[in-house]
Amino acid sequence: MSQTNKTAIVHKPSFMNGDEFRIPVFKLLKQDGTPYKQARLPELDRDQALRIYRAMLFTRVLDERMLSAQRQGRLSFYMQSTGEEATVVGSTAALDDGDMIMAQYREQGALAYRGFGLDEFMDQLFGNEHDHGKGRQMPIHYGSKALNYLTISSPLATQIPQATGYAYGQKMAGEGHCTITVFGEGAASEGDFHAALNMASVHRVPVIFLCRNNGYAISTPAHEQFSADGIAPRAFGYRMKVIRVDGNDILAVYQATREARKLAVEDNQPVLIEAMTYRLAAHSSSDDPSGYRSRKEEEAWRDKDPILRMRLWLEGQGWWSDDDEKREQESRRREVLEAMKAAEKRRPPALETLVTDVYDRVTPALAQQLADLEVHVRKYPDAYPKSAPYLDDDKAAGGRDHG
Amino acid sequence: MAEMNLLQAINSALDTAMAADDKVICFGEDVGVFGGVFRATSHLQEKYGRDRCFNTPLVEQGIIGFANGLAAQGSVPVAEIQFADYIFPAFDQIVNETAKFRYRSGNLFDVGGLTIRTPYGGGIAGGHYHSQSPEAYFAHTPGLKVVVPRNPHQAKGLLLASIRDPNPVLFLEPKRLYRAAVGEVPDEDYELPLGEAEITQAGSDITLLAWGAQMEVLGKAAELAEKAGISCEIIDLRSILPWDVETVAESVLKTGRLVISHEAPLTGGFAAEIAATIQSRCFLYLESPIARVTGLDTPFPLTLEKEYLPDHLKIFEAIKATIDY
Repeated sequence: MSQTNKTAIVHKPSFMNGDEFRIPVFKLLKQDGTPYKQARLPELDRDQALRIYRAMLFTRVLDERMLSAQRQGRLSFYMQSTGEEATVVGSTAALDDGDMIMAQYREQGALAYRGFGLDEFMDQLFGNEHDHGKGRQMPIHYGSKALNYLTISSPLATQIPQATGYAYGQKMAGEGHCTITVFGEGAASEGDFHAALNMASVHRVPVIFLCRNNGYAISTPAHEQFSADGIAPRAFGYRMKVIRVDGNDILAVYQATREARKLAVEDNQPVLIEAMTYRLAAHSSSDDPSGYRSRKEEEAWRDKDPILRMRLWLEGQGWWSDDDEKREQESRRREVLEAMKAAEKRRPPALETLVTDVYDRVTPALAQQLADLEVHVRKYPDAYPKSAPYLDDDKAAGGRDHG
Repeated sequence: MAEMNLLQAINSALDTAMAADDKVICFGEDVGVFGGVFRATSHLQEKYGRDRCFNTPLVEQGIIGFANGLAAQGSVPVAEIQFADYIFPAFDQIVNETAKFRYRSGNLFDVGGLTIRTPYGGGIAGGHYHSQSPEAYFAHTPGLKVVVPRNPHQAKGLLLASIRDPNPVLFLEPKRLYRAAVGEVPDEDYELPLGEAEITQAGSDITLLAWGAQMEVLGKAAELAEKAGISCEIIDLRSILPWDVETVAESVLKTGRLVISHEAPLTGGFAAEIAATIQSRCFLYLESPIARVTGLDTPFPLTLEKEYLPDHLKIFEAIKATIDY
């Protein structure tokens, strides 16, 4: 209503298309790791800077190792976050660890920053008996209640209105927490995105919408996804605060998110952040980008590597050296390989996990379906190598996973 | 006890739930100060404040997405979809999100606190888009509970149970009965069990099964049948998912005959599921094929709605055909 009251009146038809507003890009660090002249860097102590950097580096190492494991046929599927580590880790680092993260699927760096164990990553990737998700979802669908990271769901954008609702609950609880939801510029075309932003603005909800504008939705380039100036201007339609940031600039992402969090938590103002970045890797292990983009374009973005930029800044601070880099990379690689070997040897989840967690309790109909299935598996054990060898162990254990 | 219509019973259930638990939050299109287009949420905003009972923008996928997140956070959202006909923009959120939240996270997260209320069904001259009965779509989705009350007393008890059930519930309200069905409803807090059918009339010759508004129609058909000397056992399924196979099977083992009725179209309707299960459970005891009396396999019509609907006369004919088979 208040908007309508202020409406100016004209007497000639006058059309606008938003080009009147150009949204700038917030940057602090140049690619050589030095700050821009006018830039005022956020306060970031050595410990936290290294926590951030190690999480980014770990993510890169994990992604490289797991993609090659997928190529070797050891893993069914994988998705890399390569090139987008600063967007994901920098934003996570700017939050309180008690804030909720509702991610899309390329945000393993957030978990790495919050301390998700290497075995937890591996157990999910291999869908073994220790996987929190009990082997029910494809690789990379991580979740952690302890780390406030909602389990990933494949359908795109569904987490965005959920973040609005979750944050509404946080506001009601009054404990000073917010929710961040992360999604790609392609997912922002879904209706759920618009529903979420509108509701967040109307209901004044402490939520941060972080768009990773990485240039591609699988093969579809951003210019075929929308005709406007990116995702950021959409915030105006909802009268929401918005900032566009260089997503490969760790300090800019960190500072933008910190200030967004302040707006969200202290004033219940939702914020949209558009992080301009680039998906250096393929969409997933099933995708081959050579069919839709040029090497030259990829190389240009490789030169803007966010990890290298942060490393150069850390070196300039005297907080990191070539030796540190070498040691960190080697030890993380070794740990990843060891954890992978252990995880792929672990047994699959018990047969009964097929029917648990559909409801809080197994219904009689599901119990019957499980019983029938077990009889069948016992009859043809060779056809069901993931369950048949373990049936008697599970019986002896007296039901492994009820509840 | 007070005399209430079905809407007042729903309102009383919501009031009771909100008074008992601060975490219960009611929202949807027009549910705020207006109290909903049918007035199911009347006075709730006045009583519990704008934070706990409010209007949402007109966006069903947003309402249910928001509700999923709110439930995951630990609140107890009761989301209203103004008409079941308009639930489909939220289909993805319900089917891919609500229903799978617990399973896909290995029980790390769940939206068990969520209840979705929505008026369904015909007989109010509502045409295509104010008349549909979409229960079968949702019955095909493991992880949801689907509940339909038949009268005011049932509505209050089942809605309170739905709100407190640790699983997400789709609560379909028979809007034709909103003001038409009147009955005694306890003022106090009470719950009726989910997943349990109820035998509303014992009989020996034939079992009649339905839910929601169709129960009234079944009753009229049974009266005609009684006059023709046929003793009907009438069952209200109450929960479509999970459904109470035992009560239905036991009754059919006794009567040897079953007529199922719903307003939704025949093909792929929930009666088909019941018929398949009951024939496999009761095959040697059946005296005649299981009959389905349903809407036609057409969109819900307007002028000829009476012709479309499975009324008491169509059910009566099915009863006679089943008996005389």
